[in-house]
Amino acid sequence: MTPSTLAKAGLLTGLPLLLAACEVGPKKIEQSGYRGTGMVQIAEKASLPGPYVIPDEGYRDWEPDRSPDAEKAGDFYENVQVLGDLTTDEFNRLMVAITAWVSPEGSVENGGCNYCHNPENMASDEVYTKVVARKMLQMNRAINVNWTGHVQKTGVTCYTCHRGRPVPANYWTIDPDAKVRMGITGNTFGQNNPDKMAVVYSSLPYDPFTTYLKQADPTERTIRVGGLSAYPPAGRQGASLAATEQTYGLMMHMSDSLGVNCTFCHNTHNFADWTNSSAQRAISWYGIRMVRDINENYITPLTSVFPANRLGPEGDPFKVNCTTCHAGQNKPLGGIRMIDTFPELARIPAPVLASAPAQPAG
Amino acid sequence: MGYQNIFTQIQVVGPGHVVPLPPGDDERIGSGAVHNTLMGKLGNAQIGPFYLGRLGLASIVCGFIAFEIIGLNMWASVNWDPVQFVRQLFWLSLEPPGPEYGLSIPPLDKGGWWLIAGFFLTASILLWWARTYVRARRLGMGTHVAWAFASAIFLYLSLGFFRPILMGSWSEAVPFGIFPHLDWTAALSIRYGNFFYNPFHALSIVFLYGSTLLFAMHGATILAVTRYGGDREIEQIMDRGTASERAALFWRWTMGFNASMESIHRWAWWFAVLTTLTGGIGILLTGTVVDNWYLWAVDHKFAPAYPPTGTVDPLLAQGTAQ
Repeated sequence: MTPSTLAKAGLLTGLPLLLAACEVGPKKIEQSGYRGTGMVQIAEKASLPGPYVIPDEGYRDWEPDRSPDAEKAGDFYENVQVLGDLTTDEFNRLMVAITAWVSPEGSVENGGCNYCHNPENMASDEVYTKVVARKMLQMNRAINVNWTGHVQKTGVTCYTCHRGRPVPANYWTIDPDAKVRMGITGNTFGQNNPDKMAVVYSSLPYDPFTTYLKQADPTERTIRVGGLSAYPPAGRQGASLAATEQTYGLMMHMSDSLGVNCTFCHNTHNFADWTNSSAQRAISWYGIRMVRDINENYITPLTSVFPANRLGPEGDPFKVNCTTCHAGQNKPLGGIRMIDTFPELARIPAPVLASAPAQPAG
Repeated sequence: MGYQNIFTQIQVVGPGHVVPLPPGDDERIGSGAVHNTLMGKLGNAQIGPFYLGRLGLASIVCGFIAFEIIGLNMWASVNWDPVQFVRQLFWLSLEPPGPEYGLSIPPLDKGGWWLIAGFFLTASILLWWARTYVRARRLGMGTHVAWAFASAIFLYLSLGFFRPILMGSWSEAVPFGIFPHLDWTAALSIRYGNFFYNPFHALSIVFLYGSTLLFAMHGATILAVTRYGGDREIEQIMDRGTASERAALFWRWTMGFNASMESIHRWAWWFAVLTTLTGGIGILLTGTVVDNWYLWAVDHKFAPAYPPTGTVDPLLAQGTAQ
């Protein structure tokens, strides 16, 4: 063969490989379901995340005094509304940890204690971030106590989402583009846009968060679209294809935020069927409800507290979705369990009355 | 060695081949024929004359209206920005009405445009079908092309007209858009328990892939016996010669059976026609007769039932915290 023929042959065989965006490296392959059903996760070894290292925040060697007769933070400090049941030592250590998790000095503008506190009066609620932090601590405890269906025994701390930033890297707000445009033409029905990361640049409806994650959904059927019996049940209108595309958009987000494909949770021969789904699907089910609880009961009530630069274009606060914690991994932080070091974040004490005068929340 | 190439390189240029038209037909467009060397490398070098006629004209007008409604709606959805129109073109779409409208006529921006575009596109296609039928008859041909086209139209109408009517909602129909219609396709499969288990979908794929296989086999066979006159297929049907004998022998030797010079064209025609015919049946049954093709297939011993994983629907699980 002449060199030009060889070059042509090389080009012709090489081009399809380029077009297919092949990953040629060795793969890690995990079968997760019955043979022949395609329930498998395939990842290129080189692009797998390494073990996650949580930076040393200065609390590692601090073993707090947890003795029952130790002084309680609620008695010692003023205006401790949520963490009053902690010993002062536990409380101080947690404050140091929170600073490192959320507003570390040096890397964050105005970082350190003063990100939330007035240094002249640490008890004051005048800095809005302190009011937010209080609500977030309530939320953190509620997640670890009420949502074990999702966070299991791994639990969460502030760091799970914040990772050294005052605002977690991944959040969502109501997408103003998804509103129906006025006029007789150009209605996109909130879909068909190549710039929407939420649905991984597909043409699917691109604000599944407002639809499914903003608040508790009284109609459980809205995400569930697949037919459950061989034949259409009499007298019941099944889910429309429009509803199916909405669900599909949400699933695209979940798949992308966890770095997994459909078969991580579903047996794709019958997406709707639970008995052939993986255990992770049930965990995700709780996750969706947990996210709704977070957004409806902990973040949205803070709307009036946030300044304008902490609100989206529709005036709603930065809310959480799967990516907020997962950030591309099916277990956030690679599954590191931080809650063992902070058991005080995994309990909700009975309300302590009259120990401290209620302060007006800012 | 021209005959050994896929595209014929020999071009015969002479007076245009223009047959007389039967009485009652319109005039053709262009008095004579144009010969184009480049076109000759792909097919026949002669271009035109072109017969438009009333059916053709009406079809093109209707098609243009549909094209404009779809295109202008897409352009409007990017605020008439020409750069964004090109950049986002594959994502843009004219969507059918929402489910809340059922089979009623919605306002223009809520799917009304989709209905109008669909009407004109369908009118255009049906008029073009009539044109293929009438032109074939006028030329004294059989109407095989028209009926094959009708099979494709059946699938088109099943997707956008028959099934939405059976389901009682225009929203079930396909959007006019490149990626949006692909997402619609995936959503349809997911909603109805995976189309992989829809036997008519399976048949449609068999005929589709079978069509490409038959086309490749037939094309290769004819090219391979062109040196013996095999390209003159019609003559070989009437008067089987050495080209036909060798081609038949080749397939009997390699797979034990051969089609004939005539029957291979029926094989190909039926495979093509059955692709869209079976596909359309599969669409019409979905959601109307069958709600979950996988469960249907298990019922009919067409797919295995897999052992349960032990996962329980949390909605049904008792005593859970939330």
